[in-house]
Amino acid sequence: MSFRTPLSRARGLGAAGHGTAHFWAQRVSAVALIPLSLWFVYSIVAIADARYEAVRAWASQPASALLLAVFVVGVFYHAHLGIQVVIEDYVHTPWLRVASLVLLRMLVFLLAAAALFAVLRIALGS
Amino acid sequence: MAEFRLPARSKVRKGRTHPASGSDARVQRFEVYRFDPDRGENPSVDTYEVDLDACGPMVLDALIKIKNEIDATLTFRRSCREGICGSCAMNINGTNSLACTRAIDAGRRPVKIFPLPHMPVIKDLVPDLRHFYAQYTSIKPWMRTRTPPPPDRERTQSKEDRARLDGLYECILCACCSTGCPSYWWNSERFLGPAILLQAYRWIVDSRDEETGERLDDLEDPFRLYRCHTIMNCTRTCPKGLNPARAIAEVKKLLLSRTL
Repeated sequence: MSFRTPLSRARGLGAAGHGTAHFWAQRVSAVALIPLSLWFVYSIVAIADARYEAVRAWASQPASALLLAVFVVGVFYHAHLGIQVVIEDYVHTPWLRVASLVLLRMLVFLLAAAALFAVLRIALGS
Repeated sequence: MAEFRLPARSKVRKGRTHPASGSDARVQRFEVYRFDPDRGENPSVDTYEVDLDACGPMVLDALIKIKNEIDATLTFRRSCREGICGSCAMNINGTNSLACTRAIDAGRRPVKIFPLPHMPVIKDLVPDLRHFYAQYTSIKPWMRTRTPPPPDRERTQSKEDRARLDGLYECILCACCSTGCPSYWWNSERFLGPAILLQAYRWIVDSRDEETGERLDDLEDPFRLYRCHTIMNCTRTCPKGLNPARAIAEVKKLLLSRTL
């Protein structure tokens, strides 16, 4: 039995004062990913039958290396924003929500760093 | 986690059937959700057969006829019977609507009548809307000004500014849109829902109001506003033909325009 008034419950902890930047970043990254994804799919289809050396040569060209780097960063950034919203929507247990949000951020950062590292390693050679 | 299954106490069972008395009547079946908190039983769906030749054309007419002539224990809210009070909002054949302005879909398929979705049920078709009304109170839905009112007349507004309230002032707060919104189902504790956000926008665009910025401050929150993912169930279900999704989009645009 709670004696809190309905208004106290509705007002809660007040407005967080943010959310607009997240909303805007999600739209902008989505729009940016349209041409990047088209380029990526087109390139993958074009080199689908190529040999290892040819693919490596393609990936080490400055233009493709740059676009690949932007693409993987953009994809993981956009994925992070989107999955965050899904977690906020559906995960209601407080500790589980915080844990999944932190874990998501770490995982996305790790995957993005790994992908970027791979692109740079091919591009800069080693 | 979000609850996707009903709690054991809310599982709906098959209820009683009240057959029509006449034999040559134009009989329509109504399946109505029943719940009585005093009986300690699970909710059930009772079936009523109504002679449409002796009944008005709207779903509310049938409910009133059932209550008057078949089963006096059936409980529902109603008042104006002309779509302006919003009392008889309920889920009819899967869509939230006002029973008084919704015509009976006559035919072999039963008309299914349930309370507004995902609200605590007080009895039968009566949902508990206290939190919904408290959320409305929380946006301070009255004109807030710093300039004292003119001593000899009302605060004036141009015809163009008045026209911007069209499509907003008609909202009767029946809660059809909010209770039809999945985001409101999962996060109604913090998400304001389409009805309240449309009402908030109604004051944000009012040219006479002087606390537009404060109103936007109060909405700038990942949950209060940004739980809206624009699936537009609200616009689809609104019995007054309004567009809460557009009002929410306008609020988001205004919040963005103060940062860019």
